[in-house]
Amino acid sequence: MAGYCVRLLRVNLSTGEINKENLDTVLAKKFVGGRGLATYLLSQEIDPGIDPFDSANRIIFATGPLTGSRAPASGRYMVVTKSPLSGTIASSNSGGFWGPELKRAGFDLIIIQGKSDKPCYLSIKNSIVEIKDAEKYWGKLVSEATDMLLEEAQDPKARVLVIGPAGEKLTLLASVMNDKYRAAGRSGVGAVMGSKNLKAIVVRGTGTLAPANLDATKEVLKEVRKKIQENEVTSKGLPTYGTSVLVNVINETGIYPTRNFQQAYFETADKVSGEVLAEKYLVRNVACFGCPIACGRHSSIDGVECEGPEYETLWAYSANCGVDDLAAVIRANNWCNEYGLDTISAGATIACAMEMYEKGIIKPDEIDGPPLKFGSSEAIVEWSRKMGAAEGFGAKLALGSYRLAEEYGVPELSMSVKKLELPAYDPRGAQGQGLQYATSNRGGCHVRGYLISPEVLGLPEQLDRFSLEGKAVWVKAFQDLTAVIDSLGLCLFTSFALGAHDYRDMLNAIAGGDWTTDTLLDAGERIWNLERIFNLKAGVLPEADKLPSRLLEEPIPDGPSKGHVHHLAELLPQYYKERGWDEQGIPSGAKLSQLDIV
Amino acid sequence: MVVEIKLFATFRKGRFKTREMEFSDDSSVDALLKRLEIAQKEVGILLVNGRYASATDKLAPHDVVSIFPSLGGG
Repeated sequence: MAGYCVRLLRVNLSTGEINKENLDTVLAKKFVGGRGLATYLLSQEIDPGIDPFDSANRIIFATGPLTGSRAPASGRYMVVTKSPLSGTIASSNSGGFWGPELKRAGFDLIIIQGKSDKPCYLSIKNSIVEIKDAEKYWGKLVSEATDMLLEEAQDPKARVLVIGPAGEKLTLLASVMNDKYRAAGRSGVGAVMGSKNLKAIVVRGTGTLAPANLDATKEVLKEVRKKIQENEVTSKGLPTYGTSVLVNVINETGIYPTRNFQQAYFETADKVSGEVLAEKYLVRNVACFGCPIACGRHSSIDGVECEGPEYETLWAYSANCGVDDLAAVIRANNWCNEYGLDTISAGATIACAMEMYEKGIIKPDEIDGPPLKFGSSEAIVEWSRKMGAAEGFGAKLALGSYRLAEEYGVPELSMSVKKLELPAYDPRGAQGQGLQYATSNRGGCHVRGYLISPEVLGLPEQLDRFSLEGKAVWVKAFQDLTAVIDSLGLCLFTSFALGAHDYRDMLNAIAGGDWTTDTLLDAGERIWNLERIFNLKAGVLPEADKLPSRLLEEPIPDGPSKGHVHHLAELLPQYYKERGWDEQGIPSGAKLSQLDIV
Repeated sequence: MVVEIKLFATFRKGRFKTREMEFSDDSSVDALLKRLEIAQKEVGILLVNGRYASATDKLAPHDVVSIFPSLGGG
């Protein structure tokens, strides 16, 4: 069956058993692959109520039917598990080259279960799979561990996925890193790897991936590549500036969260913008597997070259911490990459701590590092390092802003949804984006439905960002389509140029099948509802579909969105209705029957 | 009337970052773009006081006009 290897790898780290199993092709079709299929398998194999660090929890590394194909930007894979940060389903996405390599080794996905009694790593050379000792790599930073593992593999073409010390220490903000700099960043997936004593997965594959219909593939790819080349964002905007060029747009729109969302306009944003990054620190542009967009950026500071910082990272450490020192932001980003930390949650947690410190909630004598003052370059760099190392008060920060603020009795100061820190857009000035934050199945996240695209960037059409009208419809449509793209194994950035029918055509040509746009979007809706059911079974109830009270009650104090709050109470019932859920936000039996996921 | 103009990304090359400019009272955004020699088709996002605007919109005294090429990210 083209598009799929039809093989999955199951590794039990408790027993050392390694099994190669056939993939159920009916299920693969029903849940597409990647995010969708892995969510189904996780839902079947674990009780969603378990402790995420229980050895029974699975961590699944899943490609999609288009991962590694000739489709543009097909380097994506998903890490799916139960999140130790949010208690929800976690599905963190990453690019680079690791996903396609796994596919060429002959596996659609890897299910890791159990727990090793000592540090280990998984070595995959086509069909030869071994669990190897990782004592000498434990404690190593991401770049050093990657280099050492490549040396042991004796194959420079091998691809390395690894956790840093943050994951080893079960830091709830820990990411999974691959190809040194690419991150499956969110939801603490790195800590689940750490809980299983699994340091890395090294993959080398030499197989080929033939499309179902070569002629149709050539034809559809010619068409989609043309669209990507003709689209201003994918052919000029992202290649020229990378994601960091968003800094000034979002700031000038007045939705650039500043000093832990106390403001939404950062006076000196331009000093920490994509324009200045390109002028002073950019070394080169980089692309993931098969990507014509090439939005990646390598920057250099203190003689060290590293990837990023991306837009979200720039925001988390600059405006959100009140810092306008770009060099410090790059250094903080580098610590996150080396220790394996989610840059959004790490920066946002420091911002929360800064507000608590300035309000006298965290006392100076409690902390063993630089004063947590807004605007402090020293604080963002040193506290990032200490969080990564889980050292002193840094270990407390590394549990995320919600647990920090809750411990001090001020959970409302955590700018998070379902305990996952919000990203770089203030929803008070983008109502659809706020609804998407509140309803995202993994919590405060921008890439489950990027409403900023129509509400700010004008793509595919310009919506009034303050209006509530029609936003529930847009949010559902974006969430369902995004679930499809994530499950196919393609990069979400292709959607600036492509529509649902383009994904349908690529899937039919490369993987074979008779998908229509409707059946594909139905699959997206099926995946969304499956994730919702997982969360409900995990005890994350509809009451958690909310935003921090600051965003609902405190009008933005200054800037171009001054005076606005978010109107979630009006939008949420519309959204539940649009989804076919009951008034309490529970998917109805009829809806689940319709989607065939009873 | 005086209008504040902010340029971003490639529009800064050979021009400026921010500048105040004088326009006659009934001028539209279009006149501003012509003065700056920026073609409408090059403009991705055009904000007047932080709100989405089009070339035909009239300018008002002390407006802040921000001009970006097409861009995306996240």
